[in-house]
Amino acid sequence: MQDTIEFEPTAYHIKKSNEGAALDIKDFNLWYGEKQALFDNNLEIQKGQVTALIGPSGCGKSTLLRCLNRMNDLVDDLRIEGQITVDGFDIYAKGVDVIALRKRMGMVFQKPNPFAMSIYDNITYPLRVDGVTKKSILDETVERALQQSALWDEAKDRLNDSALGLSGGQQQRLCIARAVASDPEVLLMDEPCSALDPIATARIEDLIEELKGTYTIVIVTHSMAQAARVSDNTAFMYLGRLIEYGDTDTIFTNPRKSRTNDYVTGRFG
Amino acid sequence: MTSYNEQVPPASGAAGLAGVAARDTVAPRARRRFSADLSALGEPALWGFGGALALGIIMIAVFLAAVLYNGATTFWPKPIDRVELTDGSVIAGTERRGTIFRPQLGSLDDETRAEVEANDGFAFRTLYQTANFDLYGDDFQWVADYEVENITQPEDFYYFERQTWGVFIGRIVGMTIDGQEMDYDPAVFSREQAAARDRFREIRRIERREIGGINYLIERERLAQRRAVIRQGEEAAAADIAASQARIAELQAEFQELQARVNEIRAQDRNFTVVLEEVGGRQITPEISQIVRFFPANTIGFLDKLGIYFSRWWEFVSAEPREANTQGGVMPAIFGTVAMTLLMVVFVAPFGVITALYLREYAKQGRVTSIVRISVNNLAGVPSIVYGVFGLGFFAYAMGGTIDQLFYPEALPNPTFGKGGILWASLTLALLTVPVVIVATEEALAAVPRSMREGSLACGASKWQTIRYVVLPKALPGIMTGMILAMARGAGEVAPLMLVGVVKLAPALPIDGFAPFIHLDRSFMHLGFHIFDVGFQSRNSEAGKPMVFVTTLLLLALIVVMNATAIIIRNRLKRKYATGQF
Repeated sequence: MQDTIEFEPTAYHIKKSNEGAALDIKDFNLWYGEKQALFDNNLEIQKGQVTALIGPSGCGKSTLLRCLNRMNDLVDDLRIEGQITVDGFDIYAKGVDVIALRKRMGMVFQKPNPFAMSIYDNITYPLRVDGVTKKSILDETVERALQQSALWDEAKDRLNDSALGLSGGQQQRLCIARAVASDPEVLLMDEPCSALDPIATARIEDLIEELKGTYTIVIVTHSMAQAARVSDNTAFMYLGRLIEYGDTDTIFTNPRKSRTNDYVTGRFG
Repeated sequence: MTSYNEQVPPASGAAGLAGVAARDTVAPRARRRFSADLSALGEPALWGFGGALALGIIMIAVFLAAVLYNGATTFWPKPIDRVELTDGSVIAGTERRGTIFRPQLGSLDDETRAEVEANDGFAFRTLYQTANFDLYGDDFQWVADYEVENITQPEDFYYFERQTWGVFIGRIVGMTIDGQEMDYDPAVFSREQAAARDRFREIRRIERREIGGINYLIERERLAQRRAVIRQGEEAAAADIAASQARIAELQAEFQELQARVNEIRAQDRNFTVVLEEVGGRQITPEISQIVRFFPANTIGFLDKLGIYFSRWWEFVSAEPREANTQGGVMPAIFGTVAMTLLMVVFVAPFGVITALYLREYAKQGRVTSIVRISVNNLAGVPSIVYGVFGLGFFAYAMGGTIDQLFYPEALPNPTFGKGGILWASLTLALLTVPVVIVATEEALAAVPRSMREGSLACGASKWQTIRYVVLPKALPGIMTGMILAMARGAGEVAPLMLVGVVKLAPALPIDGFAPFIHLDRSFMHLGFHIFDVGFQSRNSEAGKPMVFVTTLLLLALIVVMNATAIIIRNRLKRKYATGQF
């Protein structure tokens, strides 16, 4: 038991590394009830880099992403096989503290989902549920997270206003600020720009560029252009299988598999 | 319509095509298209929906208008008619209402009969409140139009509201002030009446508060003695009992003193009387203190009428009832209704919300939760009287009986909690309204978007933190809506209350100045039951009828006030949680 309990519950979240954590997915299978959604996925995600998951709708890229912080635990009737490790520790082992795991991984969703609280309360939420009450720490975090998510200039004068009054793009950047507030090692992004206009999308992409290096970023995207722009490595998935994985330039210019080629050149998908 | 039809090709079908080909007329096509268009647009259904809404609104509006009109006009002072009848008798009274009726033709003289027969056998009659129940044995008299010889409104007729025997209508012929007989003088009489009412209130205060308090304390001493005997045995308790007896003796001395003072005031009060004469000449001589309110109904001006109107309203909401609830106020009933409803909310809110929270958030969704959910929904359809029976059997007799055995053995065989009371009534109503709260809370919880919960969980919040800080605040307005519905339902419910603690006349309020101040075992009065009692259970239902409307108006107003308060609180909470810290 002792070696599997890696994420001990702590009053304060302790960051393990300043360059992000490496994720390793080994022989990973997943079933929703009778239906198998992921087949024998093997993927090594490098620390500190941006990894894009691309593929047509329903190929399982979001499912795979949501397995990385065990968000899929909420789904009834879910069965998995295989292993996912974060810096070498199995997150699906028995006795793992899921809450501590999620504190190491920020997540940004497809649609902006700020809570019905003030901007300040939204950003400090991960710290407050962690038991942090000291005003100076909270203030500091709010400023850092807002600056990291490039929202500080727009939001600094209205920190106590409701977050629901922000525009869609601002709300998504607020969600990124919330995700980085607890200073995680991994940032999971599930199509973060799908509900945004091109200008807001460009800002988020700049942001990803800036956050690279500090966090390991895994981004699911429908836009191949976006994957090509922001990611270091790209994984192409099709029907629950990982078809090809390599650095982004190779995948987009010289893929080994013909199906990858067909997809990135727009012949299907 | 025509132009539209001309642009559209006819519907498929041999007849339509044949019609176009053969005659090129518009009329048959127009008929066919007309019906097709209508149903396609859903137009008839729309009329149905609109009609249903309009019907509902009209019914509610008529109901509210009837309650408002009757309730608002009841307390307005009405003139006194002196009516001479054809048989030579004379009555005096205020007009209540009129109606057509079918007189027995055999009892009429020829001329009247012809008149009535010309009117298809119908005639009109008016109900007069003749009052003077102590003299006539009845408060009301029907007078048919054909019986009336002459109607006048004499200036010297007064309308007296009395402490007992109800209203008196008649003239003042003399008075006795401090034993001195004298002629009627309005100024002196007004002054003396106010003084006499003060005496009356003083007597009542001593009797109710002070003597009532002493009785309460003596009873407590008596119970304490019995408890000492039960707990310690006859001999061991002897010392305690002796001390208690001494205290009782003290209290009884105090009681005698107060009683003497009451008797003194009473004796003094008997020296102030007034001689009243009804229209037929018979006289009564009541004490002036018996007269609650009096006014010359036919000469009084508008402002005075307004004053009387509001003083009657004030008495209605602030005083205790008299004359078997048909007169006086309903303050104890207002108090009972509000206290019971608030107590019910205190029970139903946590119970319903916690149940729904478990059912929706924690329980595994499956057959068992479905069965529980269906059962809860069906509970809302159980007749409320069944809840009353359950409340009486389970809460009052079983639970209350056990409490009595354990904690109040000295009072047995008189029950303390083992009978209907405000605690059991509010618990019964909580049971009755809990399905509403559960269903509303579940709906509100289900309406919280999944993305919110995921956002919170992804931040590293536990399930409980997610529910506490994200789900519940978001669902709170919906939960409050359920609570408001439950409150409205509970405040308006009567049937189960009649079994578990509502009484026609409660001797004391559930909250008073004696420890422990809040007496949850006491029975109480309730506006809903008051309506039923005054309208249908009293000796004099005609006298109670206006009170039915007034009480209904008051009950509606009370529910509106309570709901409005809840809605304001809900909106406050909505705003607070929209930007709140925690």
